Amino acid sequence: MPAATLDPRAAIGNAVIDAASHVGRLSYFTLEAIRDLREIRIWWPRMITEAWNIGVGSLFIVLLISSFAGAVTALQTGYQFTGSIPYYVVGTLVVSSIILELGPVLTALILAGRIGARYAAELGTMRVTEQIDALESLGRSPASHLVVPRVVAGLIMIPVLTVLANVTGILAGWWSVRLVLPVTDADFIYGAQSYWRPWDAWYSVIKSIFFAGSITLISCYMGFSTQQGAQGVGRSTTGAVVTSSILILFLDMLLTRLLLNQ
Amino acid sequence: MIQLRGVRKRFGAQVVLDGVDFDVQEGETVALLGPSGTGKSVLLKHIIGLIRPDAGSIIVDDKDVIRLKRDQLAELRSHIGYVFQNGALFDSMDVEENIRLGITDEEKYNDMAYVRERVRQCLGLVNLQPDLVLHKFPAELSGGMRKRVGIARAIAGQPKYLLYDEPTSGLDPVNADIIDALVERLAAELGVTGVMVTHDVRGAFRVANRIALLTGGQIVMQGTPEEFRASRHPKVQEFLERDFDTSFAA
Repeated sequence: MPAATLDPRAAIGNAVIDAASHVGRLSYFTLEAIRDLREIRIWWPRMITEAWNIGVGSLFIVLLISSFAGAVTALQTGYQFTGSIPYYVVGTLVVSSIILELGPVLTALILAGRIGARYAAELGTMRVTEQIDALESLGRSPASHLVVPRVVAGLIMIPVLTVLANVTGILAGWWSVRLVLPVTDADFIYGAQSYWRPWDAWYSVIKSIFFAGSITLISCYMGFSTQQGAQGVGRSTTGAVVTSSILILFLDMLLTRLLLNQ
Repeated sequence: MIQLRGVRKRFGAQVVLDGVDFDVQEGETVALLGPSGTGKSVLLKHIIGLIRPDAGSIIVDDKDVIRLKRDQLAELRSHIGYVFQNGALFDSMDVEENIRLGITDEEKYNDMAYVRERVRQCLGLVNLQPDLVLHKFPAELSGGMRKRVGIARAIAGQPKYLLYDEPTSGLDPVNADIIDALVERLAAELGVTGVMVTHDVRGAFRVANRIALLTGGQIVMQGTPEEFRASRHPKVQEFLERDFDTSFAA
């Protein structure tokens, strides 16, 4: 790590060099993982375990948060537009908000905290206790044993959780709006269908795949790069959550620009 | 044969290895002595390619470790067993799975009958009762048992070389003696070439055919235990006296 300095130009220079070095190492790390995809016999059984952990372990919190998000979106829409526009618009807004934004982004942010922190802490602890070195010393690839199963499991399960979050959010929005507003089921369905484009569902899934890739790769990379004992594990864990969250928001903007605003 | 020439390594501003020359002949056990923090473990990790030197060459069995490709390095490592300081056992796996990972031949690794037999053999070699520890996780083992399971994992693949990183550190004298006896026994029974990093002079004199002293980033003396004891090199004297004082005080 470059020495701390009071000169702002040097500090910016150091930060740029540091960031470039991380990008380079992350790229190399990703290439290693891609190369080890061929060792399917090694990563497949571990991937199943990881997929189960991500899917079952995160299901409750993902569904809980998406249902509250759906309900609050529906209630706020009703509050803002009562008397100004037809009630069926609530259906349009709930479905669009959940599928285009809230479902994938909230799910990804939750999982960046839950899965990202776990991966970085697990792998960071393995690094400082020399377990990763031990794997290498046995002539085995840490990427195929530790990275590929986690990344593939994330790439499969995070989109699945996103779809479930979307469905739950919409149902929760529908249910809550019926409690407080004079919106009939027919109104809600009419609104939901009026501006529905099948591409929106694909867009939601595509976003979640990008988010899954960034959460899992960043967290594994941070874990592998851990140095200096327990403090280092703490730093990597925090770094994994913060970096993946920022990357999720950045990718959200980038993908919206690329996939929706052409 | 292991041959290091002019190996240099620095971490930031700190020069850890400053032109190390070090040889290990086949069949011998060499103890690498030195005070804590002088780069003994770093040197050991260079031999197996876990750390790359800034300069110099590392030759193992006529292969230049630095220039090997990933697959070639993995192949070379399958002939080298590495015993880590704290065992470095995989804490999500039980003892059987940990030792199984040490079986580097893929065909044997997937043959469960061979695996069960080999794991039991290795546990026997390190004086552990298979039925008592086989399905225990590392967290359920004592420090000495973890070290012995680490050695069992290192020998599971029938390596030609065994590299021990501080195998007795943190152990009480009785357990340290057990580990030293084990290192001696493995060298005699398996005929492996060994390099043992340690700062335990007594253990080094017990197990090694040759002793080297690493200090100030360089090997300042290497020779048989008798030559080492008779050496007038000030660093050797200082090290021997300090160890004697420590042992005496303890």
